[in-house]
Amino acid sequence: MVNYFKNIWLGIYTVLVGMKLTLIHLFQRNVTIQYPDERYPIPDNARNRLYLDPDLCDACNRCVRACPVKCITVESIRAVPGKTPSLKNGDKRNMWVTLYQIDFAKCCFCGLCTEPCPTNAINHTTEFEYSSYKREDLIYTFVKMSDEEKAQKLKELEEWQASKKKAADEAKAKEDSNKKEVNKE
Amino acid sequence: MEYNFIHSLIDNTILAIILITLLPLGFVVIYALIAILGELKIASFVQERLGPMRTGWKGTMQPVAEVVKLLQKEDITPDAADKPLFNLAPFLMFAGAFAGFAVIPFSPFFIPANIELGLFYLFAIGSLAVIGLVMGGWASNNKYSLLGAMRSVAQIISYEVPAAMAILTVAMMANSLNLNEISANQSGWFWNWYIFGGPGPIWKIFFIPFTIGIALIYLVSSLAETNRTPFDIPEGESEIVAGYHTEYSGMKFAMFFFAEYANMFIVASIISYLFFGGWNSPFGDFLNYWWMQPIWFILKSFFFVFVAIWLRWTLPRLRVDQLMYMSWKVLLPMSFLCFLVLGIYMMLI
Repeated sequence: MVNYFKNIWLGIYTVLVGMKLTLIHLFQRNVTIQYPDERYPIPDNARNRLYLDPDLCDACNRCVRACPVKCITVESIRAVPGKTPSLKNGDKRNMWVTLYQIDFAKCCFCGLCTEPCPTNAINHTTEFEYSSYKREDLIYTFVKMSDEEKAQKLKELEEWQASKKKAADEAKAKEDSNKKEVNKE
Repeated sequence: MEYNFIHSLIDNTILAIILITLLPLGFVVIYALIAILGELKIASFVQERLGPMRTGWKGTMQPVAEVVKLLQKEDITPDAADKPLFNLAPFLMFAGAFAGFAVIPFSPFFIPANIELGLFYLFAIGSLAVIGLVMGGWASNNKYSLLGAMRSVAQIISYEVPAAMAILTVAMMANSLNLNEISANQSGWFWNWYIFGGPGPIWKIFFIPFTIGIALIYLVSSLAETNRTPFDIPEGESEIVAGYHTEYSGMKFAMFFFAEYANMFIVASIISYLFFGGWNSPFGDFLNYWWMQPIWFILKSFFFVFVAIWLRWTLPRLRVDQLMYMSWKVLLPMSFLCFLVLGIYMMLI
């Protein structure tokens, strides 16, 4: 009998304790962040979408080799030494980048591509809202030369190579003739 | 006829009667929208969320959006269902809930039907909900619906007994079954309310624990009768899908929804009439004007609707055997005890 009344009292008491707890929470500050309107600050070193600075990239292909999921595609043409403008940071440009693509559908945001980059051309940004309806839309093209430009660059390269070959041939011919003269004597 | 101010405003009797009928209906619809919003907002505030924020100012139009959505939805009747009963059940349930508003005095000047057996009528018409539930559950031809209906019958019928005892106690103390008279008996300061023993000599203090107990018994059994948590086992989502309204969609589901909220208000108004002075101001003549009385009544009733929502987000669902234990072994003996003690008090007074 005592137990019965004790149980009833315990039932009422525990319900009151629970109600007190919910009432306290009722007047507490809400923790929700209204996402598109308010945002939680993202740390600067967050690893989100990659960005490539085309003026810094020398197409050294180190990022392509570092990428574990092979999401980076780089195509390049050798630059003509001497005549080519240097990179943004003043270094000599060895290659023209004709195509630089990153497929963010494959990218795993590991950050391994940013580490070997000699010029810090590729970096993570804090941008993370770039979902799209098609997978093709996730292939980002940072550099793409038009066919004419490519053809021009190729032509310049060929001309330079031809002139170099010619110079080499002339030098060789000259050497040969020198040799002949030496032989005649 | 002096109980209806509309009769004195309009000469045409038929027009006045139609207006008297429509006034509570409009009130129910507006109240249901407020209660749905309250439920959403209180639920989210208890969990430290914000709740709906996009529709209207701070999400205030959310219930309107939900009702419109329900009205747009396809009205599905299962092939194997008993169609007439299936279609009738939600409307019967809403009719039962709405019929209760006939005797609720919003103020001494507006009582749709001022009958002497108001309390008895309210209790009888409240039981109509069970028939609606069973009808819906049985006619759905679905095992979960049937399980829900059977559970609700077991629950509501068992909890009607302590609720009836609690009502009987107050009827005995008030010497009346007319809600308006019960309310008028409690005029004056709040210590005249029946939860504090009603108007009487100072030594009524010794009987206050019993009146509080009887109020508590009625509060608990009213929660069970309206299928609110912790007594929502007839519709327990995690156990039997949605109980008796598993097969309902669209308009008919909205009817069940409205009926549940209307029942909640009726039960809350019974509590405020029986134990908390009804349309009386708690502070004597302070703000006890004729236009303030309906506001006092609605505020008190809304508070008990709030308590029901508050409890919903506090307590988990009971097991069926715990439910039966609570009704037959705790509430019923306690209500008998309170009835006996308060009967002695009424003889002494």
